[in-house]
Amino acid sequence: MKSPRLTAAIHGWLLLLPAMALLVLFTHWPAVATFIDSFYSTPRPRRPARFIGFDNYQTIVSDPVFWQSLWNNLLFALGTIPVSIALAILMAVWVNDRIAGRTLIRMAYFTPTILPMIAVANIWLFFYTPQYGLLEQIAGALGFSSHNWLGSPDTALAAVTLVAIWKEAGFFMIFYLAALQGISPSLAEAAALEGASRWTFFRRVQFPLLMPTTLFVLINAVINAFRTVDHIIVMTRGGPDNATTLLLYYIYQVGFNFWDTTYAASLTTVLLVMLALAAFAQYGFLERRTHYR
Amino acid sequence: MDRRQFLSGTAVLASGALATPALAQTTEVSFFYPIAVGGPITKIIDGYAADFEKANPSIKVKPIYSGTYQESITKALTAHKSGTPPVTSVLLSTDMFTLIDEEAIVPINDFLKTDDDKKWMASFFPAFMENSQTGGKIWGVPFQRSTVVLYWNKELFKEAGLDPEKAPANWDEQRAFAAKLTKRDASGNTTQWGVQIPSSGFPYWLFQGLTTPAGAILANDAGDKTAYDNSAVIEALQYWVDLSRKDKVHPPGIVEWGTTPKDFFERKCAMMWTTTGNLTNVRANAKFPFGVAMLPAHKRRGSPTGGGNFYLSKKASPAEQAAAFQFIKWVTSPERAAQWSIDTGYVAVRPDSYDTPAMKKYVADFPQAAVARDQLKVSVAELSTHENQRVTKALNDGLQAALNGTKTPEQAMKDAQAEAERILKQYR
Repeated sequence: MKSPRLTAAIHGWLLLLPAMALLVLFTHWPAVATFIDSFYSTPRPRRPARFIGFDNYQTIVSDPVFWQSLWNNLLFALGTIPVSIALAILMAVWVNDRIAGRTLIRMAYFTPTILPMIAVANIWLFFYTPQYGLLEQIAGALGFSSHNWLGSPDTALAAVTLVAIWKEAGFFMIFYLAALQGISPSLAEAAALEGASRWTFFRRVQFPLLMPTTLFVLINAVINAFRTVDHIIVMTRGGPDNATTLLLYYIYQVGFNFWDTTYAASLTTVLLVMLALAAFAQYGFLERRTHYR
Repeated sequence: MDRRQFLSGTAVLASGALATPALAQTTEVSFFYPIAVGGPITKIIDGYAADFEKANPSIKVKPIYSGTYQESITKALTAHKSGTPPVTSVLLSTDMFTLIDEEAIVPINDFLKTDDDKKWMASFFPAFMENSQTGGKIWGVPFQRSTVVLYWNKELFKEAGLDPEKAPANWDEQRAFAAKLTKRDASGNTTQWGVQIPSSGFPYWLFQGLTTPAGAILANDAGDKTAYDNSAVIEALQYWVDLSRKDKVHPPGIVEWGTTPKDFFERKCAMMWTTTGNLTNVRANAKFPFGVAMLPAHKRRGSPTGGGNFYLSKKASPAEQAAAFQFIKWVTSPERAAQWSIDTGYVAVRPDSYDTPAMKKYVADFPQAAVARDQLKVSVAELSTHENQRVTKALNDGLQAALNGTKTPEQAMKDAQAEAERILKQYR
C-alpha cells in the first residue's frame, strides 16, 4: 500500500540526498570526528591514541599562546568588522549615485576582492618592507622616521588588519550596492520633497532598509575574521613572538607543523563553539531589530 | 617526449619484451625538493634529473618543487600519513628526529651493500654528518648544505675608512666596524645599517652563529635536552640585542630573512649574515665588490651547518627505494656535488669535490667560495631535537621577544627553556 504522502516524502528526501551526502561527508562528519578526537591523545607510531578526557582542554586553558591568539583574534575582529562594513556602506552609497566614471570606480573598489589573498599579501609585504617599501618611501619623502611595520609587535597586528580591511570592504560593497539599487527611487524623491538632508535620508531611510544586508554582511565579516589566515602565513607567520598569531593560524601550526593533531582538534572545537555562539547571538539579537520587506 | 624519443622508447620496449622482459620495467622516483635561496633552482634540478635518466634509462626521476623547507616537511608528512609519500625528499637535516618519530623514513645503512657504497657514505664532511645520524644509524644524505657566513660590501668599507679587504674578526670588531658603517641623515633616520642579522622565520639558526662562538651548544646529541638558559646563550643574545637597541648599528625589531640580500644589494646594510646558499645570488646581483668571511669569533670561532638532506621514505617499495638510492648516490658524486655548489653557492658536501677540476677553477676565480668550506672545520650541528618545530619555536619566540624589547634576554631564554623542557621531558 502506497500513500501519496509517503511518495512525496521519498521524493523530497531523494532530492535532498546529493547535497546532504556532500554536506555530511565533508562538513558534519569532520566536525563530529574532530570533536571526538579532541578527547584522545595524539597517536604516534609507537604510542597509539588513548582516551584522555578533558586533558587537551586543560592544556588549552594553561596555554599562553592560545590566549594570545584569542586576544589577537578579537582585536583583529574588532579592527576589521566595523571598519570594513562602514567603508563598504560609504563606497556603496557613493558609487550608487550618478557620477562620472561610476563603472570605473566600482571596478576599482571591487578589484581587491578578485585578487587571491596570497598575491595581496605579497603586494602588501612590499608596501611594508622597511627602508625601501612603498610606505617607507612615502614616509621618507614626508620626513617621517622609518618604521618596521611587520617586525615590531606594536604595529604588526594593525598592519595585517589593514590588509584584511582593504581586501574585504570591496566585497561587502557589492552587497550594499545591490541592496541600494533595490530601494525604490520614490523614497528619495519623497525625502527630497520633504527637504530632508542627505544625512537624514541615509540615517532614516537607507540605513534601516539596508539592515537585512548588514546582518548578512556582519555574519560574513565575523566568519572571515576567524577564517582569514592566508596573509598571516605570507606576511608574518604569526610573528614577531606570536604578535600576529590568529586562532586559525595557531590551529594550523599545531596541527601541521607540530603534528599534535588531537590538540589541534580540541582547539578547533573551541573555535567552532565560539563561532556557533556568535552566529546564534547575531541571529537572536539582530534579527528582531531587522526589517525585512 | 618528442617523437624520436617515443620511437626509440618503443623500440627499446619491443626489443626488451622480446629478450628480457624485466629490463623494460621502469621505476619512477618522485622527489620533493624545497627552495630556500635565489636563482633558477628548478631548472638546475630538472637538468640533473634528465642527465640521470640518460645514464639510467630504467629509472624515471620526477622532481616536485614543494615550497619552502617548512612547507616541504608539512607536505611530505601529510603525504606520508595519507599513504602516498614521495620516494625521496630533501628536507631540513633538523627534521631527522621528527621523521624518525613518525616512522616516515628508513636508515641509509641498509642500502650500503658494496665497498663502493660504503666508501661513498664515508666521504662526506663530518660536520654535515653530525645532523644526519643518531643512535648509530645514518638517516639522511647531505645534499643542499650550507652554513652562515658574513658578506661585506667593500665599497662601503672604503667609504667608512675601513680596510676593504678585512672583515671583522671578532665581536668587538664587528660592533666597532658596524658603528662606522652606520649612516644617519640630518633628521636622524638611518639610511645605512652597519650589520644585519635576519630574525624572521628561523632566527635560531642565525643565533647559533652567536651562541657557538660564545661557547654554547644548544641541544644534546640525543635531541632530548636543550640549553637555552645557559649563561653563554644569554650573553650571545645580549650582544645581538645590544647591536640593535643600544648601539643602534643593526635595524630594530625583526629583520626579514628574504629581503636581507636585497638590503645588501641596495646598500641599505654594509654587512649581512646569511647562508652560503645565497653566494651565487649575491655574486649575480651585487653591483659592487663584496667579501665573504667566517662569522666573527668570540671565545672561539663557529657557525651552525644548515640546509637539507635526502631522506628515503619508509612507505616506498624496495625497488623504488633502491632506485632513489641510486639517484642520491649519483647526485652527490664528487663531480655533481661540485657542480651543484657552483650553480647555487651551497657548500659541496664532500672534501673531494674541491679537488675536481671544475671546482678548482671556480675557487681560483672566486675565492669567496672556499670560505664556507674552511668554516666547516669549526662548524657545529644545527639545533635539532624531538618535536623539532615546537622546540625551536620556543627559542624563536624568545629571540623575537628579546629583539623587540618585550622581554630581557635572560627572561626570554628562561621562558624558552621552560617550554622546551615541558615538551622534551617525555622523550627522555
